[in-house]
Parts: sequence; structure tokens; C-alpha cells
Amino acid sequence: MSSPIITVENLGKCYSLRTPSARSGLLRDSLGSLLRNPLQALRGPAPGAPGANEDFWAVRGLSFTVQPGEVVGIIGRNGAGKSTLLKMLSRITDPSAGRITLRGRVASLLEVGTGFHPDLSGRENIFLNGAILGMTRGEIRRRLDEIVAFAEVEKFLDTPVKRYSSGMYVRLAFAVAAHLDPEILIIDEVLAVGDAAFQRKCLAKLQSATRDEGRTILFVSHNLASVRQLCSRALVLQSGQLVADAAPAEAIAHYMSLLPRGREGGAYRHIAGDGRARITTLRLNAPGGTEPLYAIFEPIRFEMEFEVKPDAGALEFFLLIYGEDGECLASSFQRDTGDFLRPAGANGKISVSFKNPFLPGRYLVSAGIFDRSRQFLDWIEFAEGFQVESGFVDGRAFDSRLGRVSILPEWSA
Amino acid sequence: MPPPPIDTTEAPPLILEAGRASRNYWRDLWRYRDLLAFLTWRDLVVRYKQTMVGVAWALLQPLLTMAVFVVFGGLLGVPTDGVPRPVMVFAALLPWQFFSAALSACSGSLVNSSNLISKVYFPRLIVPLSAILVSLVDFLVSAVFLAALMLWYGLAPDWRILALPLYTLLAFACALGAGLWLTALMVRYRDFRIVLPFILQFGTYVSPVAFNSNLVPEKWFLLYSLNPMVSVIDGFRWSLLRGSQSLNPVGLAMSTALAVLLLWSGTAYFRKTERSFADVI
Repeated sequence: MSSPIITVENLGKCYSLRTPSARSGLLRDSLGSLLRNPLQALRGPAPGAPGANEDFWAVRGLSFTVQPGEVVGIIGRNGAGKSTLLKMLSRITDPSAGRITLRGRVASLLEVGTGFHPDLSGRENIFLNGAILGMTRGEIRRRLDEIVAFAEVEKFLDTPVKRYSSGMYVRLAFAVAAHLDPEILIIDEVLAVGDAAFQRKCLAKLQSATRDEGRTILFVSHNLASVRQLCSRALVLQSGQLVADAAPAEAIAHYMSLLPRGREGGAYRHIAGDGRARITTLRLNAPGGTEPLYAIFEPIRFEMEFEVKPDAGALEFFLLIYGEDGECLASSFQRDTGDFLRPAGANGKISVSFKNPFLPGRYLVSAGIFDRSRQFLDWIEFAEGFQVESGFVDGRAFDSRLGRVSILPEWSA
Repeated sequence: MPPPPIDTTEAPPLILEAGRASRNYWRDLWRYRDLLAFLTWRDLVVRYKQTMVGVAWALLQPLLTMAVFVVFGGLLGVPTDGVPRPVMVFAALLPWQFFSAALSACSGSLVNSSNLISKVYFPRLIVPLSAILVSLVDFLVSAVFLAALMLWYGLAPDWRILALPLYTLLAFACALGAGLWLTALMVRYRDFRIVLPFILQFGTYVSPVAFNSNLVPEKWFLLYSLNPMVSVIDGFRWSLLRGSQSLNPVGLAMSTALAVLLLWSGTAYFRKTERSFADVI
């Protein structure tokens, strides 16, 4: 076996929350503390003094290796240290401890369209963005046609990108990044943008990049389905530490077991969307208790409250239901059975109900809003959870049948 | 198709560690030269796309400043040593405007590019460098205007003009040196945003833009020459106006030394702090 392309040893990143100047960023405060207590300012805070342990380790004691050609997913809750890890791997910020050894050219894609300028044309932005991502002028020129074709923006190549639809913008931005030629590609969450067809195209492009070109990819995502589909291995981070390093299915199951339900510190985890509309509350109809309990075929009703800005246009709500292993078992879109919602004011309510088809177990619910062209306005992940008890709604006991869902068929003879 | 083997032994591995400076810093900077060109080009293109008057902005500001200095200089009877006042003033405004525009663009450059800095790696020195290059383009536009002005007055420079690029380089070094200090400090201490206009305004008065260095009394001359732009401006007048302004070798040596010191210390401070920019910006 060849030597690992990425070696991470005992890696740590510490942010200091201590000095007031680091918080307020004003010279006044730094000078002030220097004048008030010059000796201490020079020596640093006395051990045990208030504030001495306000160092925050975003990543700590992390070690792993990656072999060439591997696609490694990194999952973890917000604040688990995923982004900090990627920033250290892509040289944006320095480690505070430990060491990273990279044996290959690295390109990182932490944001789609970094450096895009709205007043420049598509063509101009391709060159600019390519250069920012580390391509030379010659490389970009050689791949220009490919990039344009991939983004499907041939006709608008000389239009300023501020006139692009958000979908075109994202496609163009991703197309540039997808045509980078590094040995190691670091990607953060970027597949959460764009329409479904384009997402599939991106996934296919990434898969061919690893399969045919032997590239190594590190991939952070909240989208567990794409981790499952794309990765050969997944790392789970929690509070800056590695808690699992396994095949995707196993790692995802571990991750799911770590998840608390509902709101975190009073806020949902919004994993996509541009803020034009937001779900503020997601409620289940079952009264009381930490986790609602339903029988099989019992009616479930979700109620969502939302706020919306005037420019959001028509809304389409969706609901995703996950099993405890992180696999999405069902998805429902408002347009399956209804029409768009055109909100009358800045707030609104919508509800959705169905007869619970799930067999006994625990389930998680994500919900979100699309705009008319299926761009995400919001997506709250695992905002609610519920359990299904071992019985049918008509009182019969559950009979350990196979499968994950039940249906209400009509038998005839 | 089997994946082509990747030869991982070919290039030396890149090692990232706390406090370890990149060994290939200057080579990296060279590798990213296209980015420098693109960022400069972006700023120019965007400015001219967004403004109505476009290129004229590079001229309008020095022109109006020149008008003010010419009118008040005339009213106050500031001597010009036989050079037409507009030429005398503009020959000084040209490097001064370049310096002040370059310094202020350079100082704000990192904070204004915070979105890039927190999302992509590249040698950070590119950002202030490209800001200065944009000012250099404006400088060239103004230089064309000065040439026209001199042609109008029938003034032709002599062999001394060959020294002009060197004085421009000196101004460039001063602006970059001071700019590197300020832009790195501004990432951490936003107060410098307020300090900068004051420095620049003060500089306009203590630099020989509206007047001639000959007016400065002997006993103040050393103190006066601590401002490195004095030598640059005197040098511009010397090389453009057939030596109508005398050269002061002591002042020039001091300015050059100061510029080198600024550039060296600015680069050192910048490099020392650059690895934490993404954390504090």
C-alpha cells in the first residue's frame, strides 16, 4: 500500500476568547489593558486568573490518515469542528497543535463562487474564480469550454452574473470548481445548493473524479444521503474530537445516535436556504412528553409556523422523515398533492397530515421550503422526532413483521 | 479503467504545523502571479463598469486638487522658481496622489477581502499588492496628463527623466511598506481605519506639494526629510523640470533607508500575522 496522501497527527486548533481586544478588535482596549496593568499584559494572564481558561479548542487531538483515491466524508453537528478541520487542511488557518502532512496539490472549495463579482460577466468570473482557486490562466483557458458546457450557461457567458438566476449562478460557480485538477479536493457543504438535477450531475462528476482520475476527496456534508452515496469512509466529529471512523453506514448510525432532537439552544439547524423564508416552529400534534408517540396508522399532523420576506414569491413546503440510521425513508412535497403557498403577510402557518405508515422505532423529521424554481429557502434538519409504538391504531399489537413501513392496501378476491 | 497511480513521492510533502513558516513562501507567491493580475484587473474593470465617468476619475481628483493649490499658491505668492505653477504643483501631486491612494487602498485591502481570506488559501501578500497596482494604473493615467500639461507649456524634460522610475519605485516602496503595516494592523484593530485619513491629510501639508522644499529653513531640514515622500516629490520635480529643484543627497539617503526599513519591517510583520488573519478577520 502506498503512503497516505493525508496524515493528520494530534491536530488541534485553539481560539482564544480571552483578551478583550480579540473580541472588540479595538486598539483602545488593548492599549487600555496595557496601561492599567503593564506587567500582566506582558506576561499574559496569571494562571488561575479569571479568563485564563477561556481558550476554546475547536479541534483537539485529531489523528487520521487518508489513502490516495479515498473519498472521506466528515460529519458532525454544527460546532463539532468540521469547518475548522477543513480550514486547517486547506491552509486557510494554521493549526495550534499537531501536524498535517499533505502529499499532493490541494484545492479547497469551502464556498461556491468565492470571489465572484456581480458586475463581471460569466466569462470574466470564470477566470477570476479559477485564479482564486489556484488555477493558472493557461489551465483556465484550456478548460473554459468544458466549464461553460458543464454549467449550461453558453448563452449568457458575456452577461454580468448579477443578471443570472440563482440556479445559473450556482451552476457556474460549481462548474469552475469541478474542473480543478488537484490530487486532493476539499469540499464543504456545497452540494446543498442548486436544483436536484444539477446536484446529481455534481455527484456524478465527483464520482468520476475519484474513480477515473484517482483523486482523493474530503467531503463535509449535512446531507447524509450524499455521504452514503459518495464516500468510501466517514469520520464523525463531536466537540472537536474524532468519535467514529468507519464505513459510511456505520458512521452515520453513530452520528444519528449522538443527535439531540429539536432545537439546539433555542434554534433549529438551518442547513440550507438564503433566508428569504424561514420555518420558525415545527410542531407535532401529540400532546406532552419529550417525544410524541404514535401507533401505526394513527394520524400525524405537523404544524409549521414560518416568516417570509416579500421577495420570496410562492413557497413550496417539504417534509423528510429519517430512520434512526440516517436513511431518508419518506419525503413529501407540497406540490405532490397541492399548490404553492402564496403567503399573505410576513408570517404564516401551514400544516400537513398523514396516517403514520412507519413500523415501531424512532424517527426524525426535517422540513424545508423551496421557492418556485426549487431553490432552497430553508431546510431545518432533524427539527423534530417521534416514536412509533408497538401497536396499531385499532388496538392490535405489532406482530414483528418485516419491513420499515406499512401500507393500507385493499385486498380483493 | 483503473485509476492512474499517483506518484506521491514526486514532490516533497507539505507539512503544516503550528508556528511553522512556509518554506516556499516566495515561490508560492510567484505561482499565484495570475491571481495578482486578475485581482488588479477586477478592481479596475469593476470601477470603470460601475462609474459613469470611468477613467476620468483617475484624473478628476488630482485636477481639482491642483486647481485649489494653484489658486491659493498664487494668492499667497508661494514662489515657483520660474516654473509655471500648474506644472510645479502637478509634478508633485502626481507622486503624492499615488502614494496616498496606494496607502489607503492597501490599508483597507485585507479587511475588504475578508470573504476571500476566510474561504481560500493564497499568499495573502497578493491582496495589498494588487491594491497598490490599481493605484499605479491611476498614476500612469495622471502621468499622461502631466505630459500633456508640460507639452502645453512647452517644457521638455532632459536626461534627468531617466531617474523618474527610480523615484516611482521609492514611492511604491514607501506605500507598500506603510500599507503592509496598516493593513495587517487593521485586521486586528479596526481603529486604524480612523487613523489613516488623518495621516494622509497631515502628509499633504508636510509634503512639498503646494510649496517648494527650498522654502524650508536649514535647521528644520533633517526633521522635514524624515517624511520619505519629501525626497520622492523633490526627485519628481528634479527629474521632470530639468533640475529646477535641487537634489538633497542626505535627504534622499534618509528616505531610501526609511523606505527599505518600512518595507522590510512591514513585510516581516505581515508575514508574522498573516497566518492568523483568517481567525480574526
